Amino acid sequence: MLYREAGDFKTSYREDGQSFPIRFDRIAVQVTLAVALLVVPFVINDYWANAVALPFLIYAIAAIGLNILVGFCGQVSLGTGGFMAVGAYATYKLMTAFPEVSIIVHVLLAGGITAGVGVLFGLPSLRIKGFYLAVATLAAQFFLVWLFNRVPWFYNYSASGQISAPERTVLGQAVTGPNAEAWVTYLFCLLFLIFAAVVARNLTRGTMGRSWMGIRDMDIAAEIIGVNPLSAKLSAFAVSSFFIGIAGALFFAVYLGAVEVGEAFGINKSFLVLFMIIIGGLGRIAGSLMGAAFLVLLPVLLKNVLVGGLGWPTDLAAHLEFMIVGGLIVTFLVAEPHGLAQLWRVGKEKLRLWPFPH
Amino acid sequence: MATRKLKAAGAALVAACLTAGPAAADLVFPDLSYRTGPYAANGIPFSDGYQDYLTLLNERDGGIGGVPINILECETGYNTEKGVECYEATKGEGALIYQPLSTGITYQLIPKATADGIPVHSMGYGRTSAKNGEVFRWIFNYPANYWDGASHAINHILAQNDGDISGKKIALVYHNSAYGKEPIRTLEELAAKHGYELLLLPVDHPGQEQKSQWLQIRRERPDNVIMWGWGVMNQVAIQEAVNIRYPMENFIGIWWSGSENDVLPAGDGADGYKALTFHNLGMDYPIYDDLKQYVVDAGKAAGAGDQLGTALYSRGMYAAMLAAEAARTAQEIHGTPDITPAMMRDGMEALEITEEKMAALGLPNFGPTFKVTCGNHGGDGLGAMAQWDAAAGTWSLISDYGPADEEVLNPLIEADSMAYAEENGITPGCE
Repeated sequence: MLYREAGDFKTSYREDGQSFPIRFDRIAVQVTLAVALLVVPFVINDYWANAVALPFLIYAIAAIGLNILVGFCGQVSLGTGGFMAVGAYATYKLMTAFPEVSIIVHVLLAGGITAGVGVLFGLPSLRIKGFYLAVATLAAQFFLVWLFNRVPWFYNYSASGQISAPERTVLGQAVTGPNAEAWVTYLFCLLFLIFAAVVARNLTRGTMGRSWMGIRDMDIAAEIIGVNPLSAKLSAFAVSSFFIGIAGALFFAVYLGAVEVGEAFGINKSFLVLFMIIIGGLGRIAGSLMGAAFLVLLPVLLKNVLVGGLGWPTDLAAHLEFMIVGGLIVTFLVAEPHGLAQLWRVGKEKLRLWPFPH
Repeated sequence: MATRKLKAAGAALVAACLTAGPAAADLVFPDLSYRTGPYAANGIPFSDGYQDYLTLLNERDGGIGGVPINILECETGYNTEKGVECYEATKGEGALIYQPLSTGITYQLIPKATADGIPVHSMGYGRTSAKNGEVFRWIFNYPANYWDGASHAINHILAQNDGDISGKKIALVYHNSAYGKEPIRTLEELAAKHGYELLLLPVDHPGQEQKSQWLQIRRERPDNVIMWGWGVMNQVAIQEAVNIRYPMENFIGIWWSGSENDVLPAGDGADGYKALTFHNLGMDYPIYDDLKQYVVDAGKAAGAGDQLGTALYSRGMYAAMLAAEAARTAQEIHGTPDITPAMMRDGMEALEITEEKMAALGLPNFGPTFKVTCGNHGGDGLGAMAQWDAAAGTWSLISDYGPADEEVLNPLIEADSMAYAEENGITPGCE
């Protein structure tokens, strides 16, 4: 009744090609954005920003990036943690080498540097596919972590081998460092997420996205109809790594403030982001957001319910958390292998007919 | 239907997040513990000791200065992201002091806690140069730090070799993280001074895979091996050392590599393994009678209650004791039982641990005496060597408490803390 296409007429190509062709969708997205941009910054506190909002926003950017590679182009990657590390270390080197340049520029440049590294490690994808490519990207993961641990230049020869973000401001407000306000860091990451989502959405429905999907669905057929596998695969690696690099930069500079490569960007990160897009839905931008929300919010929620609400011992809660999250992942994948985004789509189909399904 | 379910789930989520943690009450001591993951074998006894001591104060004395203590436990899994979440979740409850038992989390908290005005006590871990209280106003690491530990280990080797270790080969097996890298600088400086050769062998998190490192030790045959390990890495390293028949008396662990849980898996082979400590070990203290009466027998012990008297339990208890004494000192200075984190900081800065105090607490001769001042947040850095007796299953001190090589360490601390002050625009000073 509420959710329908009937009566929503398009009279121009521009209207026909918009991101959200159904009016209800459009309004829902606009309302969500308005709340996120205009209401949340006024009510957010340190706990909400640092425990819930920042990890969600940053992982969502990383998930969008990985989704372009895995979901849209079909190239399996286990190097996400390593590429995030490239973003983080690139920002650190840029922040300390050029303190007068804006942090926004540094984050974007870090994304660019990661894109370059991603293309480099994407080269094997021209010869190998599937599991073999996964192993090649796994090598990238281990190599990059080893490199940042091994070469002191990357961490400016600090005694602990850690990198820590100095304070940088945007429009007079501290974005990084301990004095950054919760709402500033939140807005900063939110704007990058909106940027990533808009760019990814528009890339994936244009020529580039179609060539990626062609490669994903059947590379030989795509090649025969004129898709250049070299440019398609490498552009997917570049765009994907660009977003992952931005996520790594924000993860280090805004969220944690100090990181150590082995712990923050280990293989677990690669798996975590991969799980996010599998649970959220491969090849769906909304799926990346849903998957990130699921895997970031659920553990916090469970912890608060079990320890804070029920007063159970913390170790029992931590173990239960593993079991519940793991169980839910299995259940989801059995019940809906196409992820949360598909659930949402099925829900929308039902909504269109509601309340008269027959 | 689907949206309604989603909305209901969303509402439940918001409600659950809003009700995070219990309401603020009294003296809040967060316990950022880890009882899960590869570091749990060491995290559990420390946390049990920490909580049991505070529970004892609550049960026996009604808290500190008549104000009950509220322990907020939060599981970090030795993971910095979860550590940050725990910090943010508990700081709003009026937390007085943070003791995260993780060098990585301490590095995270140093700027955050300084900005929020909550003291951090990284007892025997964390950033060594926090000893310079003029730069690190809110960070404390008394009574000893990593660089002291590195120096103690070298002093012990010096004493064994009649003061001459030039030309000797010493290997450092370390956790490849901020924690494990901490002593390298000191060991390098000391190598320049004493003329030994330093061999660096990093072990990656979590430390279950050390075959290549120990193969290298077997090949290079270092005269001594020093270890900076934690969690499962300790057990694996000691087992590997036994496997290659490395002489255990030449194998020295930092105080975090010297708990029962680390040596027991290697059985008799671990006999003679040495580890540093900055407090005494064992159960021969009157406080255990009270602990038994008020905490264990009353069924209020933390965890499974099976860690009493172990090395890390003692250390957790010691950490809680120092925190409680600092709170008491703060109450005396400010003349109010309800202290704030800022008052707590003053109490820590004025903390003096004397023999009488320790005896009165039921811990006579438990550790060296020391005094904290504004310029020195690190105490005197005294340390002793303990050795494992596999047959008896006990640790026993084999040396007196000795000083570290201040001549080498003080300039390093000065340089490192001043570099931090410059990076972060801090003007060193006591006010």
